[in-house]
Amino acid sequence: MIDRAVTDAIVTSLVCSVGATSIAAVIGAPLGIWLGRCRFRGRRPLLVLARTGMALPTVLIGLLLYTLLSRSGPLGGAGLLFSKTAIVLGELALALPIVVALFAASTEALPANLERTVRTLGAGRLGVFRCVLSEARLGFVVAVLAAFGRVVSELGIAMMLGGNIKHHTRTMTTAIALETQKGAFAASLVLGFVLLGISLGVNVIVHWISTPQRRAGARAS
Amino acid sequence: MDARCFRLHGEFLALAFLGILGLVACLSACSSGDHPRDRLRLATTTSTENSGLLDELLPVFSGATGIDVEVLSMGTGKALATGERGDCDVVLVHAPAAERAFVAAGHGVERVAVMHNDFVILGPLADPAGVRDKDLVDALRAIAASGAAFCSRGDDSGTHKKELALWSEAELDPVLTAAGYIEVGQGMGATLTQAGELGAYTLADRGTYLSYRARLDLVILVEGDPRLRNPYGVIAVNPERHPHVNHEGAQRFIEWLTSEETQRRIGDFRIGGEPLFHASAIR
Repeated sequence: MIDRAVTDAIVTSLVCSVGATSIAAVIGAPLGIWLGRCRFRGRRPLLVLARTGMALPTVLIGLLLYTLLSRSGPLGGAGLLFSKTAIVLGELALALPIVVALFAASTEALPANLERTVRTLGAGRLGVFRCVLSEARLGFVVAVLAAFGRVVSELGIAMMLGGNIKHHTRTMTTAIALETQKGAFAASLVLGFVLLGISLGVNVIVHWISTPQRRAGARAS
Repeated sequence: MDARCFRLHGEFLALAFLGILGLVACLSACSSGDHPRDRLRLATTTSTENSGLLDELLPVFSGATGIDVEVLSMGTGKALATGERGDCDVVLVHAPAAERAFVAAGHGVERVAVMHNDFVILGPLADPAGVRDKDLVDALRAIAASGAAFCSRGDDSGTHKKELALWSEAELDPVLTAAGYIEVGQGMGATLTQAGELGAYTLADRGTYLSYRARLDLVILVEGDPRLRNPYGVIAVNPERHPHVNHEGAQRFIEWLTSEETQRRIGDFRIGGEPLFHASAIR
């Protein structure tokens, strides 16, 4: 059962979803704070947009990027279609609205005078950012985990942009779809539970890192 | 809050933009505009991959040439469209009329015959429409008249194109006249599985049926009609239209696929003792 094809699919799934989620976390953290903490013209429409983005169908993302990345599309010169990079791009589009919308909600709930207080205590600009991030830490972790959960379990983007190429772009979910299509339900079930086990492992690790006792020593954010 | 907050948070936006810039830099670094010469992208039908034939053949090709073949398995219609867009180097499909149109439109170089097998009409052992051993056209008419379930691929694949051609041969529009007509919209394997679950009739290529037979409650009811012949052809994507394609690799692949030794391998490929494909290109 655990042959090279399976381990390749596990690695591809993890590389793509962890990559996409990390990039979404890096871009999404400042955007979430901006949307959650600042009052400016156009903030509400942006929030609504981000929340709508959480409902983006994977096949729509797949289709849009497919037409963009195809050799006959505007970005065809890069030759990215049917590659891991294409999967990461699609999954980033899936993950970013989730991180931004959920994180904005949790920073919005922080006390209104937080920034003022921190600045009074002598913090610089980066210090304020770190303070907000750290105060809304739990919300950030949950937002990133929600994005990871969505990304690691999605099928449409990996199938359309990756092409389900054995050893290259076959992920856990496209492998499950293929085995199911072949009528090999036992293999599909095993793969499905392996995927679920991986998600459990990721959640356990993140929980362990983000518990307060650990963080005091590790300064993880 | 106030305008001060906006200024205060301006750098967060800047950080987000930095992140995006980093991403773009990353992408441009790992994307190589040119297609590597040691990689060949083959768009093919579900039947060649699901049956296990490619798993048998491709390692031999890679071993001999050092070219890694990336297989995109999809219906014939989508495989041809992928070639048309220049997103693969070579196609291996089974819809002669569509293949000729593909070449005539300048998307492909030349169609080369590779192998053939045949289609069969499958159904439940009980055969509620009574089509066993009937003439092909009569069998389709009997299925339509009885209202029995019929699973169509419905996905513009080679098998789907064939099925539609057979219905028009019987002078029937299945959507209008066959009450039990179901368009599955999936690959051959999924369609067979669904037909088995529903106790429905369906049209399948013999190769995929043989490799799925052990898991299905479907039997062959009509076979052997010359109209059920299923030829496979290979076409290199036109390098004049898509200069980035690995045309040299595609030519080597076609040459190898139609070589005497590979043709013998194709003919020798068996599942449960039965041959799935017959060589068409022995020179």
